Amino acid sequence: MSKIQQINRRDFVKIFGLASGGIILGCNASTVEKKFKPTIHKDFFEPNLFIHLEKNGNVTLIASRSEMGQGIRTSLASAIADEMEADWKYISVKQAIGHEKYGNQNTDGSRSVRTKLEPMRKMGATAKLMLISAAAKKWNVVESACKAENHYIINTNNNEKIFFGDLVEEASKIEIPTEENIQLKKVENFKFIGKTLKSVDLKDFTHGTATYGIDVRIPNMKFAAVARCPVTFGNVKSFNKAKAEKVTGVEKIIQLDRLVPPTGKFFGMLGGVAVIANNTWSAFQGKLDLDIEWNYGENKTFNSEEFTNTLKERVKKTGKLVPGSRGNVSSAFNDSEQTVEATYTVPFLVHAPMEVPNATAWFQKDTIEVWAPVQDPQTTRSELAHFFNIPVENITINVTFLGGGFGRKSKSDFVVEAVALSKEINAPVQVVWTREDDIKHSFYHATSVQYLKGGLDKNGNVTGWLQRVGFPSIVSSFKPLSDYASGFELGQGFTNNPYPLENFRLENVKAEANLRIGWLRSVVHIHSGFGINSFVDELAFAAKKDPVQFHLDLLGKDRIIKGKSNYPFNSRRLKDVLNNTAKMANWGKELPKNHGLGVSIHYSFYSYVATIVEVSVNDEKVKLENVWTTIDCGLALNKDNIKNQLEGATIFGMSIALYGKISTNNGAVEQNNFFDYQMTRMKDAPKIHIEIMDKMHEPPTGVGEPGVPLMAPAICNAIFNATRKRVRSLPLVDLGMI
Amino acid sequence: MDVNLSINGKSYAIQAQEDMPLLWAIRDIVGLTGTKFGCGVSQCGACSVLIDGNLTKSCGTPVSAAIGKEIFTIEGTSENLELLRQTWNDGNVPQCGYCQSGQLIAATFLLDKNENPSDEDIDNAMSSNICRCGTYSRIRKAIHEAVALKNEKI
Ligand code: FES
Ligand code: FES
Repeated sequence: MSKIQQINRRDFVKIFGLASGGIILGCNASTVEKKFKPTIHKDFFEPNLFIHLEKNGNVTLIASRSEMGQGIRTSLASAIADEMEADWKYISVKQAIGHEKYGNQNTDGSRSVRTKLEPMRKMGATAKLMLISAAAKKWNVVESACKAENHYIINTNNNEKIFFGDLVEEASKIEIPTEENIQLKKVENFKFIGKTLKSVDLKDFTHGTATYGIDVRIPNMKFAAVARCPVTFGNVKSFNKAKAEKVTGVEKIIQLDRLVPPTGKFFGMLGGVAVIANNTWSAFQGKLDLDIEWNYGENKTFNSEEFTNTLKERVKKTGKLVPGSRGNVSSAFNDSEQTVEATYTVPFLVHAPMEVPNATAWFQKDTIEVWAPVQDPQTTRSELAHFFNIPVENITINVTFLGGGFGRKSKSDFVVEAVALSKEINAPVQVVWTREDDIKHSFYHATSVQYLKGGLDKNGNVTGWLQRVGFPSIVSSFKPLSDYASGFELGQGFTNNPYPLENFRLENVKAEANLRIGWLRSVVHIHSGFGINSFVDELAFAAKKDPVQFHLDLLGKDRIIKGKSNYPFNSRRLKDVLNNTAKMANWGKELPKNHGLGVSIHYSFYSYVATIVEVSVNDEKVKLENVWTTIDCGLALNKDNIKNQLEGATIFGMSIALYGKISTNNGAVEQNNFFDYQMTRMKDAPKIHIEIMDKMHEPPTGVGEPGVPLMAPAICNAIFNATRKRVRSLPLVDLGMI
Repeated sequence: MDVNLSINGKSYAIQAQEDMPLLWAIRDIVGLTGTKFGCGVSQCGACSVLIDGNLTKSCGTPVSAAIGKEIFTIEGTSENLELLRQTWNDGNVPQCGYCQSGQLIAATFLLDKNENPSDEDIDNAMSSNICRCGTYSRIRKAIHEAVALKNEKI
């Protein structure tokens, strides 16, 4: 991170549009960039994190990451408050607009806390030091005689105390302490970090007053709905708008052309026919009344079931060898006592955040202002600059609350639509997707097929492991004709399989994209977690061994793999979470009739997770009774929030296993809404038990995603344990098991 | 047509097509945006309101059906809703928060009708509300705690 600086007040007002006074501290926390993700920002060494201390004692943190339910605003605020010795009631959080000045704002990859924690703590500590210096000066005592406590500086000689707010003026004249003088608190002294803190946004969430994208209201704004071609990248041949125009409230009907993103960048928009109205419902109704003839284009024959069959054929044959393979699996299989083979499939999936994609935009001559629930406001901004030929400086992205994101709102196609329409009608406009639009025109989580073959010796030890995988690549959304999964995708659990296998071969088979492919909470780990954990369970059964013990044996001797990041993989930590979960679940206990336990372990976003699921199966119907999960995510910043995230990941992963499936026929997505793309509901929700390993001395790692990939394999392994029936293709609802 | 709506005890004179779902009349015309759109087909409960005390999905109810009746939304207040707000707060229930207006209205209705709901009662009453973030266990617990709080107060 860069030096902490005091920010010139005039600049602050200019950048943030905030009235100011008091102390404003800023620093630059550089973050790890994702290679495949195009952004335009250059090297700004300007501050991207800010805290603002006012005379009334209020402390405002500017949150640069989007809030989509992961509690990031609260978590980061707690770090500042702790080091500053602030009183939690004075802390508030303001959402930053999308701007390079904030560094990388892309909220995905479960890395906000990982990259921002230390800078946040240092900023808090710096503010505290400045307040102490100010007080010491005032009392004419040495600084070491002063300490900070609960928003006051205390003179330890006579217990006199002075309120933070009353020191602001004086403190703002103090020189910023240098990095060497900043002392961070010891773990034992944390007051907020690692404790349970309530969300800073609870009041708004329980009163309906939080402003999500869909709640934005601008004077004289219009509402729009867009009819898009049922087949990906098809376009409008002709349309008749007579009936739609007659709908009360409909004002205008406009054809939108597809905006094709340049190779390697951005998302573009699909195009279609837009209905502009004076309220959302009229726009929706008008859209239904459009009579459109489409050119369906090349994807019109795409049938997802046939595609799965094609992939199943392809994984039978040798694929492209993936670097990292080692040993010789063929001879290992030849020498084996027995071999086991299995093929697993995961269908296409969609995010379906509760708040549908939507955006409000106002295009005026040479400026664009947007209000939208976006995960990655900077890419949105660059994308708008590119397509509308407006300088980036003239584009403002106001990030609203996100009613869930899960990766969908990292793509800004819906924002591009709003801007294009605003430009066309010369007024502010809000584009709202219907739920059907959301289900039928997403950036889907890819379908996958994987074939596994393993060898076992006479003692039941694994001698060789062959894995062939095929799934359409995310890269295809940026670069057409990317027909193989890319290295970064295979790096999500496939090439870095946690087992030290002597003979290991990974092959990649061709898989073209005929839908827009995107990323969904935990991304490729959904495939790797399912394939690997299901297969280990199959091997354990063939070896006549207990699955937990089998995982532990397979993990072998404790080892640490350095890798390229600052987060080495430590197999001991994976064993620890597994042992802990086994203890929580009382693994090995006598189970009621028709009940079964299934286990899975997975390492993702640098966190270690183990899950055990208990199911009951009656009349072939599966019910989840209990889920036990342990996470080791290093320093646990806000424990209750982490628990909440893992409870959520449990339900999310469960929805994938039980219901998740997007299918296409003649290129068009067949599902419509929550009645045929179902979600876990409260009556299906199991009892969830979460424990967090006490690793306060390790750096913090991902929390939002790592719990998701474990659910499907643990559920299917539990079903096997209860029934001896092996589920190798998701979702369960298709097998009549729900 | 001219429509008079009474929402949370306040009356609003608006212009709306009579077949417009109440949801959009409340959100786009009256301007109260706490009631949410999630599916538009009575599947998710994000749009839940009470009409004359009855739990209603406002996306599936035409505005004409609410004329002359009392509409209660998340912007309103009632004894049970306040208790629930408190336990929602104590239990740190929301994640993204988007579904929570509907969850709180459905839970208010449950407590209005059932003074001491069992887990099963709660599951039945709350299963028409989807939470994509998966806050179900916290919601269940917060409802039980609201009941406990109420009993304490008596
Ligand atoms: S929006 Fe009414 S039930 Fe979903
Ligand atoms: S809290 Fe996000 S949908 Fe319920």
